[in-house]
Amino acid sequence: MELLMAITIGVLTACGIYLILRARTFPVVLGLTLLSHGVNLFLFSMGRLTLAAPAVLGDSSHHADPLPQALVLTAIVIGFAMTAFVVVLALRAAVELRSDHVDGADPDEDLR
Amino acid sequence: MALLLIVLLPVLGALFTGAFAGNNARLNSLIAMLAPLVSLALALSLLPAILQGELVLAHWQWLPRLDLALSLRMDGLAMLFALLIIAMGLLVLLYGHFYFSGKPKDNQRFNGLLLLFMTAMLGIVTSENLLLMLVFWEMTSLVSFLLIGFKADQRAARRGARMTLVITGGGGLALLAGMVLIGQIIGSYQLSDVLASGDQIRQHSHYPLILLLVLLGAMTKSAQFPFHFWLPHAMTAPTPVSAYLHSATMVKAGIFLLARFHPVLAETDLWLYSVSTVGMATLLTGAFVAMFKHDIKGLLAYSTISHLGLITLLLGMGTRMGLIVGLFHLLNHAMFKAPLFMMAGIVEKATGSRDMQLINGLWRYMPYLMVLTGICAAAMAGLPLLNGFLSKKMFFAETLQSPFTGVLGWLTPTLAAVAGLLSVAYSVRIFHNVFFNGLPRDLPVFPPRPPARGILIPVTVLTLACIVVGLVPQYVVHTLLQQAAHAALGAPLPAYNLGLLHRFNLPFLMSALALTGGLVMYLYRRQLFAIYDRMPEVDAKENFEWLMLRAGNFAERQVHRLENGSLQRYGALLVATCLVLAGSALTGLTTWGGGVTTPADPVTVLAAVILMAAAVAAVVIHRQRLLALLLIGTCGLFVTLLFARFSAPDLALTQLSVEVMAVIIMMLALSFLPQTSPRESSSLRRLRDLILAVATGSGVAVLAYTVMTRPAQSISGFFLDNSLTGGGGSNVVNVILVDFRGFDTLGEITVLAIAAMAVFALTRNLQLKERVTRESGSYWASEPHPVILRMIARPVLPVALMVAGYIFLRGHNLPGGGFIAGLVASVALSLQYMAGGLVWAHQRMLTAFRPLIGAGLLLALATGLGSLAFGAPFLSSWFNHYHLPLLGEVELATALLFDLGVFMTVVGATLLILANLGNLMTLDGPGKEIG
Repeated sequence: MELLMAITIGVLTACGIYLILRARTFPVVLGLTLLSHGVNLFLFSMGRLTLAAPAVLGDSSHHADPLPQALVLTAIVIGFAMTAFVVVLALRAAVELRSDHVDGADPDEDLR
Repeated sequence: MALLLIVLLPVLGALFTGAFAGNNARLNSLIAMLAPLVSLALALSLLPAILQGELVLAHWQWLPRLDLALSLRMDGLAMLFALLIIAMGLLVLLYGHFYFSGKPKDNQRFNGLLLLFMTAMLGIVTSENLLLMLVFWEMTSLVSFLLIGFKADQRAARRGARMTLVITGGGGLALLAGMVLIGQIIGSYQLSDVLASGDQIRQHSHYPLILLLVLLGAMTKSAQFPFHFWLPHAMTAPTPVSAYLHSATMVKAGIFLLARFHPVLAETDLWLYSVSTVGMATLLTGAFVAMFKHDIKGLLAYSTISHLGLITLLLGMGTRMGLIVGLFHLLNHAMFKAPLFMMAGIVEKATGSRDMQLINGLWRYMPYLMVLTGICAAAMAGLPLLNGFLSKKMFFAETLQSPFTGVLGWLTPTLAAVAGLLSVAYSVRIFHNVFFNGLPRDLPVFPPRPPARGILIPVTVLTLACIVVGLVPQYVVHTLLQQAAHAALGAPLPAYNLGLLHRFNLPFLMSALALTGGLVMYLYRRQLFAIYDRMPEVDAKENFEWLMLRAGNFAERQVHRLENGSLQRYGALLVATCLVLAGSALTGLTTWGGGVTTPADPVTVLAAVILMAAAVAAVVIHRQRLLALLLIGTCGLFVTLLFARFSAPDLALTQLSVEVMAVIIMMLALSFLPQTSPRESSSLRRLRDLILAVATGSGVAVLAYTVMTRPAQSISGFFLDNSLTGGGGSNVVNVILVDFRGFDTLGEITVLAIAAMAVFALTRNLQLKERVTRESGSYWASEPHPVILRMIARPVLPVALMVAGYIFLRGHNLPGGGFIAGLVASVALSLQYMAGGLVWAHQRMLTAFRPLIGAGLLLALATGLGSLAFGAPFLSSWFNHYHLPLLGEVELATALLFDLGVFMTVVGATLLILANLGNLMTLDGPGKEIG
C-alpha cells in the first residue's frame, strides 16, 4: 500500500509540475491544483497509512496520527482560497493584457 | 539616561520639527535648535565629572545573542567630540536658517537631516559597543548621502552623493569585518574590554588584517589618500552641509576611530609606517591641489583633505604628544574651516558664483565678512596669536622629534614645512583673491547682495573662538584636551605647556619659513597656474563613473542572463534547483524501504490507478481545457476517497466540498478564457519540462516511500492523550484545530479572509470585454437555469443547511467542525446560485459577506482573548457537561464559539469569492459589487 501511495503522490506531483511549466494561465491553474493534491497526500502520508482507525477517541484502541490530518485540513481550505485567487488573477490578466500567456502578451516563447 | 538623551535628543527634535512646525521656517529652526541645546546642556552637566577623569557608562540590552548592546560611554575623548559635534551643529543650524531663507521646505528638510546626522555622529563617539558604533557609522554614511544629494534634481549632486556612499559605505564594510575580527579575538564587543586587550590583539596573527580593515574604514571616511577624491565631489552639497559634514564632523569620524583604537592598534611599526605614510601623502596632495582650485569650496575641500592628512600623520607617529597635538589641531581645524565654508556660502549667495577667477575685490561690499575671513584664513595659515599657529607649531615640533630614523628622520620635518608653505599659499589666496585682487569680473549677480545680518553670527562666534583659543589655550581647552588624550591613550600624559608655545625656537623658525615661502608662492601664482594647467588632468569623477558604469553593466548582463522575464524559465529554474538540493540530500539514503507495510486491497489499488490515469490524461489533453478540468475534478474526488480509506474522515469531507467549489470557480473562469490552449512549446522545451516533472515526481515518490515505511515517531501521542481531558472533545483532529493549535487556525482563517478580499478587490471594476461566443462555446448550455435543477435545488437547501448545522455541532466529538460545516453550507448556497441565478438568489438571501467574514474573525479572536480574562493563556478553551431536559447530556465548550467564528469566516469567504466571480458572468455584464 505504501508503494502505491508513493507512486500516486509522485504521479500527481509530476503531472502538476509539467502543467505549471506550460505557457498559458489555465493549465498552470490546473497544475497548481494537481500539485496541491500531491503535496496534501504527501503531508498526510507523513503520519503513516492507517486503516479503519480514525483519530476519534473511543472507537478503537489505536488511532491514525491526527496531527498531519489537522495540517492537511487547513491546507486544503487555504489551497482552495489560493486557487480562487489565482483564477481571478488569471482572469484579470487575460482581460487587461488581452492574452492568457503567463508572461502577458508574448507568444514566441522559444526565443527566450 | 542622560547619555542616551544626549544622543537621541537631536533625532527626537527632527521628529518634532516635522510634526509641529509645518511651513513656518522660524518655528522650525527654533525647534530644531532647541533639541541640541538641551543635549549640549546635558553634556556640559557631565563635563565636570569628565574633567576629573571619570568614565560615565550606560548600558541597556538590545540583541544579546549578537552581542549588540545599547551601551554608551562618555570619557574625555567622547566629550571632546560630542561638544564639537553639538556646538558646531547648533551654529550650522543657525547658519542654515538664513542660508535657506525663502525656502521653508528646503530648510525643514535640511534641519531634519542635520539633526539625524547629529544623532549618528554622537552615537559613533559615545558608543561603548563596537557593533552599535558600526550601526551609527553606517547611519552617517546614509544620511550624508541624502545631504550631499540634497539638490536631487542636479546630476552633479546625485553623482557626488553616490560616489560618497560607495566609498564611505565600502569603508564601512571593511570596518565591520575588522570589528568582527576584534570581537572574535577578544570574545567581547564592549569597548572597555577591547581597549584593555591591546597586547592580545597586537600579538595575534590577524593583527595586520585587522589593522588594514580598520584603517580602510577610517581612511575612506576621513578622505585620506588615495580615497580623498570623494570629498571635493561632495561639495555639491549645500554649503551648510559642507561646513558641518566636510569640515567639522563626518570627516573627523575616521580620526576619532584612529584615536579611539590607539591603545589597541597603535605603537607598532606597521601602524607607524602605514598611517604616517598615508597621512603625509594626503597632507601634501591636498595642500598642493588646493592652491590651484578656482572654486572656493574646491579649494576649501582640498585644504580640508590636507589638514586631515596632517592630523592622521600626527596620530600615525604614535607618540603621545602627537596624539595631543592631533586632537588639538582637529579642534582648531573645525573652528577655522567651518567659518571659511560659511563664508563661501555667503559669497555664493551674494554673487551667484564661487569661481575665484570672477570673484575679486569684495571688500567694498562685505567689509565685515572680509575681517572675519582674514582672521580665519590667518588661523589656517598658522599666523601667531591664533589657534592654528599653536597646533601647527606643535606639529612641526613633533616632526622634529619623530620616531623615524635615517632619511625619514629629516625628510619628515622638511615635507611638513613644505606642506606648511603650501597651506600658507592657499590661505593667502582665499583671502586675497576673494576680497582684493582687483575688481569683480562678470559676476552673475552684480552688485553683490549684502548678506543677512544673522548669517554672520555663527561666523563671528567661530572667529572669536579662533582668537580666544589662540591667546589663552591653557584656560580654554587644555584640561579637556588632556582628558581626551588621556582617554585615547589609556595611559598617563607627558608634561607640556600650551602657554609656552609662542616662544621662539626651531619650530617657530619652520613656521616663519613656511609663511614667507607661502607668500612668495602666492605672488608668483600666475606663473604657477600656467604650469598647473599644462599638467595632465585626472578627473576622478569621470574615472569613477566609468568604473561604476562598467560594474553596473556587467551586473546587468549577468542578471539578464538569469532573469529574462519569462515565468516559464523561472519556474523551470526553481524546480531544477529544488531537484538538485533535495536530490543531493537523498543520495545519502542507503535503503529505501524501512519495514513497515500495510497490505494492499484491490479496491484501493483500483482507485489509485484511476486517480493516476485521470491526472496523466489531464496532462495529455490539457489543451482541451474543459475536458482537462473535468479530469482534474475526478482527481479531486479520488483523493477524497483515499483520505476516507486511510482513516481521515475529516479530510475526506473537507476535500469533497472544496472540490465542488473549486471546480465551479474554475468553470466560471473558463467561460471567459479561450477554450483551448495553442500548441506553442517546442518539442525540446516539452522534453525539458517532462524530464523535470518526472525527475521531481520520482524524487517525491522515493521520499514519501522511504518515510512511510519507517516506524513513526510522532508527537501526536500527546494530542491523543490530552484531547478528551484537556480539550473536551474526542475528535482529536478538530480539538487540535480549535484548541491545541487554535492560534494556527486563527492565522489560517485570516489568510482565507485575505484571499477572499483580494478576489473581491480584483473582480471589482473588472470589465470582461470578450465573452465566449456561441460558436466556440459549444460545450456551454444555452439554457441558463435548467428547470429540473431549479426544482430540486429549493428543497435541498434546508436539508443541506441542517446537515451543515449537524456537522458543525458534532464536530468536537465526531468528524466535522467549523471548516467542513462552512464548506457544506457554502456548497448548498452555491447550488441556489446555479439553479436560480445571481439575481434570484440575492433577492432571497443575505449578501453581507464581508461583514460576515469580519464577524467570524472577530468572534474567533474574542473567544481567544476571552480566555485571557480568566487568567488562562490566549485561546485556552473551557468546557463542561450539562444535563438538559429532553436533550439529555450536552457539552458546552468555548471551543464551539471559536469554531463558529471559523464557520462564519469560511462561509463568508467562499461565497464572497463565488458571488463576485459569478457577478462577472451575468448576461448584462458586471453589476454592482456583491458582499
